[in-house]
Amino acid sequence: MVLRSFKPLVFTLCLLPLVWLLWKWTGVLGLTGGGGLGANPIEATNRFLGDWALRFLLIGLAVTPLRLLTGQARVMRYRRMLGLFAFFYAGLHLASYVVLDQFFDWAEIWADISERLYITLGMAAFLLLLPLALTSSAGMIKRLGAARWKRLHLLVYPAAVLAVIHYFLMIKADYTQPLLYACILALLFGLRGIGRGHHARGRGHP
Amino acid sequence: MLIKRWDPSAPKPSEITPKALWLDRRRFLAMSAGTVAAGALLGPSQAWARNLPAYREGAVTLDEDLTDRDSITSYNNFYEFGPDKSDPKRHAAGLVTDPWTVTIEGECARPGVVDVDALMARHDLEERIYRLRCVEAWSMVIPWVGMELGPVLKAFEPTANAKWVEFTTLFDPEQMPGQRRDVLPWPYVEALRMDEAMHPLTMLAVGLYGEVLPPQNGAPLRLVVPWKYGFKSIKSIVKIRFTEEMPRTTWNIQAPSEYGIFANVNPRVSHPRWSQRRERRIGEFQRRETLMFNGYEEQVAGLYAGMDLAKWY
Repeated sequence: MVLRSFKPLVFTLCLLPLVWLLWKWTGVLGLTGGGGLGANPIEATNRFLGDWALRFLLIGLAVTPLRLLTGQARVMRYRRMLGLFAFFYAGLHLASYVVLDQFFDWAEIWADISERLYITLGMAAFLLLLPLALTSSAGMIKRLGAARWKRLHLLVYPAAVLAVIHYFLMIKADYTQPLLYACILALLFGLRGIGRGHHARGRGHP
Repeated sequence: MLIKRWDPSAPKPSEITPKALWLDRRRFLAMSAGTVAAGALLGPSQAWARNLPAYREGAVTLDEDLTDRDSITSYNNFYEFGPDKSDPKRHAAGLVTDPWTVTIEGECARPGVVDVDALMARHDLEERIYRLRCVEAWSMVIPWVGMELGPVLKAFEPTANAKWVEFTTLFDPEQMPGQRRDVLPWPYVEALRMDEAMHPLTMLAVGLYGEVLPPQNGAPLRLVVPWKYGFKSIKSIVKIRFTEEMPRTTWNIQAPSEYGIFANVNPRVSHPRWSQRRERRIGEFQRRETLMFNGYEEQVAGLYAGMDLAKWY
């Protein structure tokens, strides 16, 4: 009963980046002294939302390793919410590109997707996350069946890899940040493998 | 042949800077003794310690709104001070720009070392309002103060072999924290073909918005080539070398398929990362069309007559 109350807290924490961004925009628009987002607020917004989409993707992917390492199954109850927030920020990232950055210039957007590999891969990552978000409800799990649902949701792995490559390719120089994300992703994959190994052995020799 | 190095009509340094100020500056220099710490302590305006001499206002104007000074001085690509565009303003304030000398080398009759103050005294300074178009598809309109590059170069008497001019930025990881990692192949090098360097639009800037150039904008001396992408306009220059061979330049070494040696603004030649068809003018919401040669087509197109600009991007 006590644990259930953490969900609203986690939900609120996940919204904080968006709240911060909206506060900054009230400054950009001159509504408040909200500090603004520098000389190029559109670029800053797009980067900020992309950063948080990737961060939530990694946070979501950290839940299972955390369970495997700690044996605390209750962390799993936050996984869906974190995954949906990753999709939420990825969607906002895409929306800021289409609306703020390109202002619905579909010809230019299509040229970007087809000609620029980092945008192609970013879009692919988003499209991989889309069915996962759509099938996140308990009803959809039931309808698909647990096994099929699980198989479908393996798409989160290629999506995360594509998202990190998307970040790599948009950097002109200094790959520190995308390297950091790549290392975290590799670590999460590794922990999953190790954790699974322990788990399997544990089950084999009760 | 003797090349006139002093323009008799130009004001003497003593006419430009009042002696009290001038002495004050020397005193300040002696006091700070070129330490970064002193610069940081005393704040940027004192650390720059150079007064902008008199200049001709409105020499080149533009019927477009100026980008505000705050944006010009807080949104900079100057990787020597960090890869983020907000880094230079934060990390460049302590850059010691006085004294500052430029070494002249290569294919010229009068190589040597010149002081920036001497350059500023020797050549006419004027205000020129230029568009600046970054390869990242954003742009600004900037009121520079500086001198035309051509007469500066002629004074060093380039030889017939001088086909290119290469410029080098200061390499000093102590002062330039971005250089402590191999983010780019340091020092930063840029180059112009001789006719581009001699073009009357090409300038060496020493000031911005009527004041001495802030460090994050390339103090004390930077190149401004308004029809090329911004990365060609190299900052904080310490060396000028005349060469016969085409020099290798920093971004071209980093990613040759992305950054060409000419890097002329061209909306018809797409960059692998950015469509160059349109640009975001800083301060505006919607993108605007990018102009051929950044709007300087009439003046500079002749330099590239007969060249395939898709090949020589």
